[in-house]
Amino acid sequence: MSGAVTTFLRSSIGRKQLIAVSGLLLCGFLVAHLAGNVLLLVGSDAFNIYAYKLHQLGPLLYVAEAGLVALFGGHLALAMKLTWENKVARGQKYYVKNRTGRGETIMSATMPYTGLIILVFLVLHIIQFKYGPYYSTEVDGVMMRDLYKTVIEYFASPLNTAWYVVAMFAAAVHTSHGFASSFQSFGWNHPKWMPGVKSIGVIYAIAVGGGFALITILLHVKGA
Amino acid sequence: MSDANMVIYLKVWRQANGAAEGKFVDYKVDTVSPDMSFLEMFDVLNNELVKKGEDPIAFDHDCREGICGMCSMMINGKAHGGQLNTTTCQLHMRKFKSGDSIVVEPWRSRAFPLVKDLAVDRSAFDKIIQAGGYVSASTGNAPDANANLIPKTIADIAMDAAACIGCGACVASCPNGSAMLFMGAKISQLAVLPQGEPESAKRTLNMVKTHDELLFGNCTNHAECVATCPKGISMEHIARMNREYTKATFSYFEPKNAGGAG
Repeated sequence: MSGAVTTFLRSSIGRKQLIAVSGLLLCGFLVAHLAGNVLLLVGSDAFNIYAYKLHQLGPLLYVAEAGLVALFGGHLALAMKLTWENKVARGQKYYVKNRTGRGETIMSATMPYTGLIILVFLVLHIIQFKYGPYYSTEVDGVMMRDLYKTVIEYFASPLNTAWYVVAMFAAAVHTSHGFASSFQSFGWNHPKWMPGVKSIGVIYAIAVGGGFALITILLHVKGA
Repeated sequence: MSDANMVIYLKVWRQANGAAEGKFVDYKVDTVSPDMSFLEMFDVLNNELVKKGEDPIAFDHDCREGICGMCSMMINGKAHGGQLNTTTCQLHMRKFKSGDSIVVEPWRSRAFPLVKDLAVDRSAFDKIIQAGGYVSASTGNAPDANANLIPKTIADIAMDAAACIGCGACVASCPNGSAMLFMGAKISQLAVLPQGEPESAKRTLNMVKTHDELLFGNCTNHAECVATCPKGISMEHIARMNREYTKATFSYFEPKNAGGAG
C-alpha cells in the first residue's frame, strides 16, 4: 500500500491533487483571516483582544502555524516543480503563440506569477506585522500587544496601502482560477454543477480579495 | 465555386530531420482557391517546389475528411488553425483573406520528436494506449445487440470520448504540453462501459504512469486542449480519469497467489 501511495504522490495527477487540496485549505484560511480583519473596523480593543486570545492558545497556535507553513510550503514547492516540468515538456517554443480565447484565461495563464506575488507579499506581511513594531496597551487591566497601532501606522502610507491592494488583486486572480480548478483536479466535474462551482470560485475571489483590499483602504482613510 | 485566386504568404518551419537545425522559410502561393483545404494549398505549393527541383514540405495527412487524426499543423499559433471542431484538412482557405501571412509550425512537444518539417512522431500516444487502453477480456463472438443493456446517456458519453482521433492537438496547444485530454478520452471511453469497467483501475494506473514517463507536461486546467480539439472532447473526461486514478491508487492490488481451483 505504501508503494501505491508513493507512486500516487509522485504522479502528475497525485501531485496536482495535493496542490488542489492545499490550495483549498489555504482558501479556507483566508476566510478565517478575513473574519479576524473585520475586527480592525470594529475598533482597537476588539482587534487587540482577538490577537491576544490567539496568542493565549499557546502550543495550539504553534501547531496551527506549522500547519500553515506546511500548506504554503507544499503548495509552493509542488507548483514550482510542476511549472518547471511543464516548461520542459514543450521543448522548442512556438514562434507564434496564440490562443483560441475559448480555453486558457488571463487567470489560468498567470498562476505562477500571481503565486510569486503572493509569496513575496506573505514574507513581507509577516515581517511587517508579526515581527513589526511592538507597542503595548492595556485593555480591561490586561497588558497586551497593541497590534492595532502597528497596523494603523503601516497603512497610513498610501504606498503601503497600494501595495496591499495590488497583492490582494493578485490573490483574487489566483484563487479565481484555483478554486474551480481544484474541483476539476479531484475529478469533481459534472455538467450540472461545474458552472456553479466556477461561479462560486469567482464570487469567492472577489469577496475575499476585495474584502481584504477594502479593509486596507478603510484603514488608510482612518489612519492618514 | 469562386474563380478568384487568393495570394497567401506562408512562413513554414523547415527542418531536414530531428537532429538538424531548423528554420522558417517564406513561400508565396498565388494560385490558392478559396475552396481549397489548408492541406490542398500545401499540395499546390509542393507541386511548385517539385517542379523547381526543391525538396517538398513534409507534413502528415491521410483521410482528408477529418476522421483519421493525421494532419497536425500549428497555424498562426493555433492547433489546426483554431476553428471550432475542425482538423487542418477541413480548414478551408475561404477562412483566410487574400494577402494573408500565415505561420505554420509543427506540433511542439518533447514527447513528439520532429521527423521532418511539419511531421512529428506521435508514437508516444501509441505507448500510452499500449500501457492499457484496451480491453483484454476475451469477448467471443459479437453478442446480440441487446445482451448488454447500456443506457443511451452512458453510450453517448463513451461515444463522445471515443471520438478522439489521437491527432495530438491537445498536446500541441496545451501551454504545459500535457496529454491528459487524449488520455482522459481513452480511459473514459472504456471506464463507463461494462466491457471496460472491470479493468479500469489497472488501465488508469498504467496509462498515467506511461504518460508521466514520456515527458508530457502536467494538466493545470487551462482547457486550451478542449478549445482546439477537433472532436470537442470535454474536460469531464480528464476529471473522470482523475477520479479513476485516485480510486485505483487506493483500491487496486495485484492478487499475490494463483487461485487453487477445485
